[in-house]
Amino acid sequence: MAEDGFVPPSASDFFFNPIFGNNILFTKPVLLVGLSVVLISVFFIASSRKAAIVPSKLQFAGEGIYSFVRNSLGEEVIGPEFLRFVPFLFTLFTFVLCNNIFGVIPLLQFPTMSHIGFPIALAIFTYFVYHTVGIRKHGIVKYIKDICFMPGVPKYIYVILTPVEFATYFIIRPATLSLRLFANMFAGHLLLLVFTVGGEYLLTSTILMKALSIFSFGFAVGLSFFELGIECLQAYIFTLLTALYIAGALADEH
Amino acid sequence: MTGTMAIVGFGLSTIGPGVATGLVFAAYINGVARQPEARALLQPIAFLGFALAEALALIGLVLAFVLK
Repeated sequence: MAEDGFVPPSASDFFFNPIFGNNILFTKPVLLVGLSVVLISVFFIASSRKAAIVPSKLQFAGEGIYSFVRNSLGEEVIGPEFLRFVPFLFTLFTFVLCNNIFGVIPLLQFPTMSHIGFPIALAIFTYFVYHTVGIRKHGIVKYIKDICFMPGVPKYIYVILTPVEFATYFIIRPATLSLRLFANMFAGHLLLLVFTVGGEYLLTSTILMKALSIFSFGFAVGLSFFELGIECLQAYIFTLLTALYIAGALADEH
Repeated sequence: MTGTMAIVGFGLSTIGPGVATGLVFAAYINGVARQPEARALLQPIAFLGFALAEALALIGLVLAFVLK
């Protein structure tokens, strides 16, 4: 046999060697993030050049993505003051979407959001934005008072409501925002690894196992399409939750 | 019988999100069955509920792999 037993993929498969030289920072995920920024910029600059009244296909695609974020994620969720948040929401959406889709593209095949640093950075941006918006609109004293002591509630409920609300707004929201994206991408990539590496291991075994490896590879292909759907959904959910938190900070009274 | 407690813990933690996903989509199907025009209106809400419920199951899966 080629290997002594099957070595299942684990968290160590997510670490990469540095590409040039010895510094630990320049690895494949960093390269992929840079590539995603270049790709997004080139696509949207090319789609908005020579903007005509009757759009070409590229312009139609670019405008479609922009109007999806602006209308269904900006205007419907945030309300009247949505225009100044559209650049932020649009950047979040396209960045997360492009990096997620790298998980199923044949040569790249690594969703960079499965390294927890990237979702944490994005969640920190969201955290600062919705708190700053709330503090600028209401003033810091009234903002914290509205979070901790929600108006319109009987006084004795504050004993249990205040710690829960405080923890939610300051600790749980950024944590779950980043963990949700990270866990989805990590689990998806791990699933694809299991079926692909498992199929490859079956190929080195007896003839019956070689026939069964077709099912493993077939599953890997099917799961890739499912993974594509999950990736688009997670990009949408991240941006939708950001918009909802901003809308909650802008709202006047509960 | 050998194994790890991590996988047992993950298996137990998927009960809640499984029930939650079923409830969310049952409500969506009921809503669309009563009023088919509401399909596009209810769809974002259904997907939001599903993603929030699934987040906990996936956090369990990740912790089962990371903390052995």
